[in-house]
Amino acid sequence: MSATTAMEVTIEARRILAVSISKLYASRTQRGGLRLHRSLLLSLVMRSARDIYHSSRESEVLSGAQSAPEEPMDTSSSPGEQTRLPEPQPEPQPVLNSTETAPEEPDNTEDGCDSEIIEDKENLSPAKQSRKRRGKASAAPDFLPSKRARLEPGEERYEVPLGSCRAGESLTTLSLNRVIPAF
Amino acid sequence: MLCAGPGGGSNDVQWCFSQVKGAIDDDVAEADIISTVEFNQSGELLATGDKGGRVVIFQQEQESKNKLQCRGEYNVYSTFQSHEPEFDYLKSLEIEEKINKIRWLPQKNAAHFLLSTNDKTIKLWKISERDKRPEGYNLKEEDGQYRDPNTVTTLRVPVFRPMDLMVEASPRRVFANAHTYHINSISVNSDCETYLSADDLRVNLWHLEITDRSFNIVDIKPANMEDLTEVITAAEFHPNQCNTFVYSSSKGTIRLCDMRAAALCDSHAKLFEEPEDPNNRSFFSEIISSISDVKFSHSGRYMMTRDYLSVKIWDLNMESRPVETYQVHEYLRSKLCSLYENDCIFDKFECCWNGNDSVVMTGSYNNFFRMFDRGYQQDMTLEASRENSKPRSVLKPRKVSTGGKRKKDEISVDSLDFNKKILHTAWHPLDNIIAVATTNNLYIFQDKLN
Repeated sequence: MSATTAMEVTIEARRILAVSISKLYASRTQRGGLRLHRSLLLSLVMRSARDIYHSSRESEVLSGAQSAPEEPMDTSSSPGEQTRLPEPQPEPQPVLNSTETAPEEPDNTEDGCDSEIIEDKENLSPAKQSRKRRGKASAAPDFLPSKRARLEPGEERYEVPLGSCRAGESLTTLSLNRVIPAF
Repeated sequence: MLCAGPGGGSNDVQWCFSQVKGAIDDDVAEADIISTVEFNQSGELLATGDKGGRVVIFQQEQESKNKLQCRGEYNVYSTFQSHEPEFDYLKSLEIEEKINKIRWLPQKNAAHFLLSTNDKTIKLWKISERDKRPEGYNLKEEDGQYRDPNTVTTLRVPVFRPMDLMVEASPRRVFANAHTYHINSISVNSDCETYLSADDLRVNLWHLEITDRSFNIVDIKPANMEDLTEVITAAEFHPNQCNTFVYSSSKGTIRLCDMRAAALCDSHAKLFEEPEDPNNRSFFSEIISSISDVKFSHSGRYMMTRDYLSVKIWDLNMESRPVETYQVHEYLRSKLCSLYENDCIFDKFECCWNGNDSVVMTGSYNNFFRMFDRGYQQDMTLEASRENSKPRSVLKPRKVSTGGKRKKDEISVDSLDFNKKILHTAWHPLDNIIAVATTNNLYIFQDKLN
């Protein structure tokens, strides 16, 4: 069940990411030029979608792998993820929300969620180190073409399989850090 | 000054249709989309700006004792092209002519002055009346053609003779080249000599007489643009204290700055921020917490902010949280994903106070607009539509059904037309007259006089 929900979340996050990217590209041809405020908000949504996408992909992979001795904490935390998911909601957002919170805060219910999901480092399981996730997150999602992106210093190259591409050849791999400096 | 309430309950104010301006047909020309609405300080003049760069000013007729309704109608007073589309050759960018904001200067003589701005340039316009014209020139004919000097045999003194009233608008100052980013706000200082203009990252202070120089008073541009986390969304001067202004951010914070403290007001005197409700955390929390408008109350004691779903009233003496919060259309919270896809989540709604700060108003979708009475704690939803446009017809309050059962006369959330949005509203400073802009029409409503 958690695999299905995680997959739904993955699909939703991927869809939102694709919608955001197309909005960003469309705004380039808008009259008056790129709007900084709108681009900032788009990049915030894209960042959240990207992070959620990768974290739910991880949980998909983990729930798929029956035994993972090198990652004992994850199998114990996945029941925590299951209990944390609310009743099925018509809108995907609350599901996204709960998946976002579950990896960060398996132990407490009080802290508010943060857009920066790597905040709560103390409570992260060792397998979900923020550094490791960031490295994965900065790589291209698999639904974009695998054109090699220019890396930021410190980023690691992560091999991405060719996946279904929604936007076509003109859509190059987008490093989110380069969105705002375009101004 | 009339005491205004939204209606219903113990405070019976009923709003009536008065006038509607603009084209009737549904096919809206993009240039006709209204982008700003502003009354002047006396309420006699009402200015609108549109996407085509035009400014239209309406003037209220003098009160007629004959008519039942002794408030004058608003008729076109002046129309002029304020801004034209421009091209920035260096950046290969077109600069839109859309009027983002209009602000009136306090009137000092017979002429009226207003500031209008597009994304990059602010202009000071003088609107003056001419009802006399000199006649009897010696060297010119009446039609303006020059006479042959040899035919002049007598000399006469030209005299002023009455003529049909002509209203002229002339640009007196052009304040250009001071903003790298898009201007979102202008605000005239209570000293009537200076004004501020704000773009996404900077706030500049101008003197109304000096166009070739402005002072940068706020700069939130980070050294590395990759570190950008918030932008300025609105700014306004305090109505009474000429040293104080506020600016709001895309993160939902408001900073109050005192220009006496330092030349550069990057560090705020006060920071107004409400802690986020963790129960409402969602994927689009950041977008909906972005403040789209900030307005001081006329008294200067309070300020109001508008974010996507709510209106908040802040006491300037309390930074930790607003003193009042009004939900504009909470039923949209579960629809944020769809609103993101159709771009509605990026809509920037404005808000306004009534003359005695007892009621606040803001727009919504489906051509609905909302009023919140702070004293009686009542709220009302009204609709601006041609169907309710019989003269002096009382507007019926509207209701959006949020639960499963839809009552009669209620409208369900799914039937709302998100293309019909009211972003700009204005309240007459001294009377219960409101101007509400739909996409390309301007509605004027007033309360029912008994």
